[in-house]
Amino acid sequence: MPKPPKTQVMTANRLGDGRVVYLGNEDWTTDLADARLLPDADSQALAEEVAKAAVADRAIVEPYLIDVDEEAERIEPVRLRERIRASGGPTTGSSVAA
Amino acid sequence: MYRYDEFDHAFVRDRVTQFRDQVKRRIAGDLTEEQFKPLRLMNGVYLQLHAYMLRVAIPYGTLSARQMRKLAHIARTYDKDYGHFTTRQNIQFNWPRLEDLPAILDELADVEMHAIQTSGNCIRNVTTDHFAGAAADEAGDPRPWAEIIRQWSSLHPEFSYLPRKFKVAVTGAARDRAAIRFHDIGLELRHAPKDFGEGAKGETGLGFRIFVGGGQGRTPMVAKEIRDFVPERDLLAYLEAIMRVYNRFGRRDNKYKARIKILVHERGIDEIREAVEAEFEALRGGVLDIPLEAREQISAYFAAPDFEVLPAKSETLEAAWTSNPVFGQWMARNTHPHKTPGYVSVTISLKPTGGVPGDARSAQMDAVADLADRYSFSEIRVSHEQNLILPHVRKDDLPALHKALVDAGLEAANAGLVTDIIACPGLDYCALANARSIPIAQRISERLADHDRQAEIGDLSLKISGCINACGHHHVGHIGILGVDRKGEEFYQITLGGAPGGDAAIGEIVGRGFSTDQVVDAVETIVDTYLGVRQDADETFLTAYRRVGKAPFQEALYGA
Repeated sequence: MPKPPKTQVMTANRLGDGRVVYLGNEDWTTDLADARLLPDADSQALAEEVAKAAVADRAIVEPYLIDVDEEAERIEPVRLRERIRASGGPTTGSSVAA
Repeated sequence: MYRYDEFDHAFVRDRVTQFRDQVKRRIAGDLTEEQFKPLRLMNGVYLQLHAYMLRVAIPYGTLSARQMRKLAHIARTYDKDYGHFTTRQNIQFNWPRLEDLPAILDELADVEMHAIQTSGNCIRNVTTDHFAGAAADEAGDPRPWAEIIRQWSSLHPEFSYLPRKFKVAVTGAARDRAAIRFHDIGLELRHAPKDFGEGAKGETGLGFRIFVGGGQGRTPMVAKEIRDFVPERDLLAYLEAIMRVYNRFGRRDNKYKARIKILVHERGIDEIREAVEAEFEALRGGVLDIPLEAREQISAYFAAPDFEVLPAKSETLEAAWTSNPVFGQWMARNTHPHKTPGYVSVTISLKPTGGVPGDARSAQMDAVADLADRYSFSEIRVSHEQNLILPHVRKDDLPALHKALVDAGLEAANAGLVTDIIACPGLDYCALANARSIPIAQRISERLADHDRQAEIGDLSLKISGCINACGHHHVGHIGILGVDRKGEEFYQITLGGAPGGDAAIGEIVGRGFSTDQVVDAVETIVDTYLGVRQDADETFLTAYRRVGKAPFQEALYGA
């Protein structure tokens, strides 16, 4: 039996400043907490269409789906790379201006 | 320093204008990302994890105080108030906005800088010894040659679409501080060998020992010597001969096998040499010939500053050394012998305890620029070890310079010690990385911070890469750390015995990897094991490792 799809979120970088964004319920958002959860193949396919249109509309670049942990209290990416992206900057960084 | 001529100015400004138009067209939707990406990369603009990143070329790591102030201004105005000096003697800004990039490039052009050829399959920024033109042990200044190679290779139509990126390093000293054996081409400026025919030595008797096919990455290789001496005037002809052979035979079917090191490895150095020599014979004496007059013209830009005639010994320095132990520690580690009596070169460490290796805030960049104006003829160098250098400082000025560095938070007295760590940006920034490098560097630096302990350990290089591309030079660290992704967890593989210089070696994997929690303890165990096995305090880590091998370290790390 095929495995049920993992819950996913659509992410990308914003064209203008390269910042990490997520597809929300209304628009693209920088806050993962506001991301639209995509629990099945249909919603994920729809998100890919929305992302494609946003690329054509010059809002974002390089969109892709990421796995998230739906059991967590808040939306938590499964991969460390995505957790670091979601944090908005380096995990450590005395050089980053406050 | 080299100064742009009319042609250079016009060329760089034209590129900025061109890129401004490309950005405008991208934002307007006239260019797709697919079309725009190669254009932005040709101007040093990457898209990293959190934002765009701009890599600015610092030709052969040489900066004026004015240029450093401009970098500080860019960090402050367009970025998050800091920049990151890299192992290729460049600087990276991690947070620029796409629409600001043309303005940034315009600002750079104001001070004769750009970001051209900092990406792509072309000849990248030529690197060199950070003590070039100052070191007591050099046969000649490598910077004019790095500049000649820069001019020859900039937008060279034949070498703009190579099989892969191509890196050249030049040293002018027999002691290699530029890791030339780990570059696609490594050049050592030297006097002609004694048995070299008088007529073939050229007018100066200087020329190049040439290495080819070195590199790190997923397939680390020590470069092979292809020729022991090429007279100065024939250098470009010989380099072009190598490039032609690479362009013709280098693999384009597999990017992981496309570097010249693979070509040299697969065909053998003898076959490559034969092909290069045939090309060289056809090229030498032609348009690539560099007559003495042309060489002297470029060398004039790098003429020694107006040094004072000073005694070799400085009473001011001796007094400060005796009375101030903190100054003495810094003096002992962060100065390098200069060819002119009464002067030294100073390493400004960008590795404070717990800091991010290679990062500098704009205020620190400004402070270094001021100090360069005051104490070093306005000259600054960036080292591939991610530190800054003031190349020409009077010994008499060292106490005052040290005090100013303390005020700027730049006084770390650890050049060449275990906390002088090279680390790539790793998974905190880089889209290619598998694991973080910076936090590991910070934790090791904090664990081994005690200066007396570091001094007891002595010369020991520790280098960390967050992926197999090896930007953190882990293959050539006495202790190398490679971050890998093991089933979603960061793991760190340790190598021992690597060395970048004349005693070049690729580190050997010591055993199974360590988790994030274990890796700092593992490094400390390795350091303590070295202290236990060394014959005396003069036996460095590398010498001891080469004598005893990895067995004692494996035993300490993994048990019998």
